[in-house]
Amino acid sequence: MSAVAVRARPRRNAAASIWAGVRYHVLTVYSALFFLYLLLPIAVVILFSFNHPTGKFNYTWQGFTWDNWRYWNGVPGLQSAITLSLEIAILASIVATVLGTLIALALVRYGFRGRGATNILIFLPLSTPEIVLGASLLTLFLNLNVVFGFWTILIAHIMFCISFAVVTVKARLVGFDRHLEEAAMDLGANEWVTFQRVTLPLIAPAILSALLLCFAISVDDFVVTYFNSGSSITFPLFVWGAARIGAPPQVNVIGTAIFTIATIAMVTNVLIQNRRARTAAAAF
Amino acid sequence: MSAVRDQSPAGAPPDAAAAAAIPDVRLVDVTKRFDDVVAVDSLSLEIPRGSFFALLGPSGCGKTTTLRMIGGFEEPTEGAIFLGDRPVTGLPPYRRDVNTVFQSYALFPHLNVRDNVAFGLRRKGVKGKDAVGPVKEMLHIVGLEGLEGRKPRQLSGGQQQRVALARALVNSPRVLLLDEPLGALDLKLRKQMQLELKAIQHDIEITFVHVTHDQEEAMTMADQIAVMNGGRIEQLGTPTELYETPNTAFVAGFLGVSNLIPGMVASEGTVQLRRGPLVHVSPEVIRGRSGDVAVGIRPEKIELGDGQQNVLSGRVVESAYVGVATQYIVETPCGRITVYVQNARAGSEAAPVGSALTLSWSPEATFVVDSTEEEPA
Repeated sequence: MSAVAVRARPRRNAAASIWAGVRYHVLTVYSALFFLYLLLPIAVVILFSFNHPTGKFNYTWQGFTWDNWRYWNGVPGLQSAITLSLEIAILASIVATVLGTLIALALVRYGFRGRGATNILIFLPLSTPEIVLGASLLTLFLNLNVVFGFWTILIAHIMFCISFAVVTVKARLVGFDRHLEEAAMDLGANEWVTFQRVTLPLIAPAILSALLLCFAISVDDFVVTYFNSGSSITFPLFVWGAARIGAPPQVNVIGTAIFTIATIAMVTNVLIQNRRARTAAAAF
Repeated sequence: MSAVRDQSPAGAPPDAAAAAAIPDVRLVDVTKRFDDVVAVDSLSLEIPRGSFFALLGPSGCGKTTTLRMIGGFEEPTEGAIFLGDRPVTGLPPYRRDVNTVFQSYALFPHLNVRDNVAFGLRRKGVKGKDAVGPVKEMLHIVGLEGLEGRKPRQLSGGQQQRVALARALVNSPRVLLLDEPLGALDLKLRKQMQLELKAIQHDIEITFVHVTHDQEEAMTMADQIAVMNGGRIEQLGTPTELYETPNTAFVAGFLGVSNLIPGMVASEGTVQLRRGPLVHVSPEVIRGRSGDVAVGIRPEKIELGDGQQNVLSGRVVESAYVGVATQYIVETPCGRITVYVQNARAGSEAAPVGSALTLSWSPEATFVVDSTEEEPA
């Protein structure tokens, strides 16, 4: 009896260990595939920024070259499109974040007539299909006889960015201890000084997030911009136009540059956070 | 008190005696309504200079609202608030010479201990190094030297509490408001901080107004306690007064344990118990009362045996030995009576359950409150 039991056990253990091995590696394999799926297109974009295409289309690998990077603005219209996109994105994200922060403060702090309606209105642009937003704005601008161009794009971008800014800042304000502001006022700070010295520093991370989010959304917006740009060309519009007749590899260069800058910013942020956490822990 | 109220505040002479007579905080018929809920109900209160004053009551009794109105965080719906002879009703917190220690401490998380404590001084225009001395001194008083550079999240609860205290006191306010400041601390630390707070208050001679729901905390620290219930002050007095002669069943029940026995006023010094004998009470506690009342006795003021004037007999239903004392619950014709007998002598035997006991107490140990029959607690 005991001999059978002893012999049976290793077999069961072998099966169990194989199963455990599978279970252990399934997650790893799944994660690897997931990241491959996520990152492969980006890798292709980066790779093809070094391609030396023979024809109009940058779809097949022809050979390595630095030329696309050296002459990144060699395509007519590209540089002005990037400049316009950056101008719009910077202005729109700043204006939208300022307005969004103020709206979020009002929505979280004060009870007023129409607060519920405002809350819904803020969410509306987030849930409305972009194409509807773009078309509606176009109708509005047409009816108002506005000249299409820089200002219509800017207004459109501020409009849909505000919602993101409000949502981001609101999330931070909801968890904000009101006693902190009361404490500041108790210690002799008036409303403005309280805002400057206590409220603003504490919601600054959310404001920064809102700013970056708005910038990112604005700089690559296509649909709404397409409806309201008139004859102005932003970078996404340029890429779209170029793609129909064959996108130059410089588009990949700009894409790669944006990706690299974003990655560097992100990694720097993580490193700073880690260092802060370490110094905080070390202080104990 | 009434003499002070009659004085015209603006015309008060500036000599020290008169200044001392003006209470540091005065509330006149203050009412606070939140929508339909009356949080504070025409409350009048005077807090003398230099006292340690406690607002004591269960949650929702209006004590915190009262404190917040003194601090300027809430405006009274009706009534007026004075700090000294200065009316402050309608003034924002930063125009009031009071500072607050919040229940959650409300330390600024983005500032270190030094900057937290210096915050009030900076707002008063104290520049650069001039704030260092006072901040250092205050951190010394609360025992936090060497932690100037830390952020609040790097401090323990007790240390945060001390920073909050230092941050308020460094401004030398006329009045310090404390909103359940010890609520978040564990029992041992709370006991220690109670004594420390009391000592600090004694040293710096600033008026402390302390809100708490912990009767023991209030009695340990305060010179004067206002027991609040339903937005009103039930009774105001020293801890001894409140404990020995509570005016209402609420105060008797909120501070410690009491036996309340229904009865009826029989004469100037006696009450006829509903289902028991006539008991003698001192005339002061019965003055102005008639008809149905309740007679109160603290459990530790009852003796075994018939050595005192008021006697009641019954049967032991429960007895518990708790070291310093033995607790009995005795079934009498007037209901169950709780008795604490001190175990002063070694080897004293507890009366067993079921045995007959005679209880007695003195008229001086007896208090009288309104009948509790209509609203059973």
